[in-house]
Amino acid sequence: MPEFSFGDIAVYAYDMIGWALVTYGLDPKLVVIIQKFLAAFLLANFALLTPIFTIWLERKIAARFQDRLGPNRVGPYGLFQSFADILKLLTKEIITPSGADKVVYFVGPILSVAPVLGIWVVIPFASTMIGANLNVGVLYSVAIGGIGTLAIMMGGWASNNKYALLGAFRAASQLVSYEVPLILALLIPTLLTGSMGMQDIVLAQDTWFVVYAPIAATIFFVSSLAEIGRAPFDILEAESEIVAGYHVEYSGFLFAIWQLGEFLHAFTISALVSVLFLGGWRGPLADLYPILGIVYLLAKTYFVYFISMWIRATVPRIRIDQMNNLNWKFLVPLALAALVLVALVDKLLPASLAGSARAWAHFASNVGLMVIVFGMLRTESRRLQNLSLPAPVAAGH
Amino acid sequence: MSAQQIVFLVTAGVTVISAALVVTVRNLIHAGLWLVMTLAAVAAIYVQLEADFLAVVQVILYIGAIAILIIFSVMLTRRVMADTGPQRIPQWPLAAVVALVVFGGLAYLLVQVPWPLAPDVDVSDTVLALGEAFVDPDRFVIPFEVATILLLVALVGSISLALPERESD
Repeated sequence: MPEFSFGDIAVYAYDMIGWALVTYGLDPKLVVIIQKFLAAFLLANFALLTPIFTIWLERKIAARFQDRLGPNRVGPYGLFQSFADILKLLTKEIITPSGADKVVYFVGPILSVAPVLGIWVVIPFASTMIGANLNVGVLYSVAIGGIGTLAIMMGGWASNNKYALLGAFRAASQLVSYEVPLILALLIPTLLTGSMGMQDIVLAQDTWFVVYAPIAATIFFVSSLAEIGRAPFDILEAESEIVAGYHVEYSGFLFAIWQLGEFLHAFTISALVSVLFLGGWRGPLADLYPILGIVYLLAKTYFVYFISMWIRATVPRIRIDQMNNLNWKFLVPLALAALVLVALVDKLLPASLAGSARAWAHFASNVGLMVIVFGMLRTESRRLQNLSLPAPVAAGH
Repeated sequence: MSAQQIVFLVTAGVTVISAALVVTVRNLIHAGLWLVMTLAAVAAIYVQLEADFLAVVQVILYIGAIAILIIFSVMLTRRVMADTGPQRIPQWPLAAVVALVVFGGLAYLLVQVPWPLAPDVDVSDTVLALGEAFVDPDRFVIPFEVATILLLVALVGSISLALPERESD
């Protein structure tokens, strides 16, 4: 019988179920499978039910940013607004446009949610709780996230609608190109840890990696925002240009699944930022009482999520050329420079210099790089301001 | 039959069937999507071989980049909603001969070569072992660097192809 420990109550419950089933007389191998299925079921439900809350939160906070009240009719503070919306979407008809490719049309939204759920497998909730501590965890999260691009293209193409198709094209160009700085930024925590396992990365963060590599953290966050296609990177569903982009034809619950995927993805990248750069489940006493780790992780995740809501509520949508310039002319070179810098500094610093002193040395080098980059940006912007622009072309050509 | 064998047979079946569908369906986008399915099933087979790094790279490169680019270019170059282009190319007999020869050769190898089973090695940290093998002068550093330079050349070449021609001024 497993030993009871209050600090690790989730793992205790997990072991207890296993112990009870084995004593009942089941094959231990089968019991392990049952345990894993139960854990996966709980994890998936946690992840899928979170958006019910975060959608309300997002609407409420965005409203405050824009000097409105937000949902306030259904339940206290409008808390049950999301449930009302779910019921509404459930009862609506799912319309399939004529000429749509039916199977692809239905698979698209499902395929957009499934990979996001897959990312939760490698997120460590506590020192003892992780779905699977893959030794390629970091790469896995990128790989499975890339399937979302495919889902958007499937949905956009199958709708038999030119705006949906345009949205899918935009999605493909944006999502594929922002994967480059994303992966480059991910290399930096990997480099500092010497492992691609998520749990190892968390364990290596005696000082949070955001101190070691503020540039990488920022690049990762920005390109993640582009990956999930949220404002200011929402050109794939820009309603003033292409109606609603790839999901313009979707209605009823299929539309709800697209929305679910989008909000869940936003929450998931916040969790990834917390795990990779903000120390994940680490915090006071989290080693002794692993259950506290969940609290810390969720607190950090909601903090990052709040920043993404803040950006979404305040920054206007960027144009396509700005989207491409930001990626290829700024984020990618900067990520490469930061990667080389971190590798060099880490090699040059004496091995005896450990702990927070090492972290601050890295921080100083990052600040140095940032000063140079801002200097270059300043010169470039001065040059552009002094440039005499050619007279605008007259109408017609 | 063990559970492992059942899982393998299912993934292998999915691979073969979807691979056959890639070349038989009439709609090009569907062919691309079946290709994604094939690649995913191959990744699943890598997982069963405990080649986790290879599996993840397979998903990133083949599904995340190559398959998406194929589908993207098909969408751009064909009348995507209704394309029923000709299914045969004139050189199909030649292609059939090449395919048969390659298949025969591979089948012959499969039967003739005694496949030694690797001893039960520890495969817990394949990434570390792979990384060290890549930069070890006694092992793969030269092929690794040659491949890197090849990719760099391809990168520079694609940029120079995409650059607009500079007007002489």
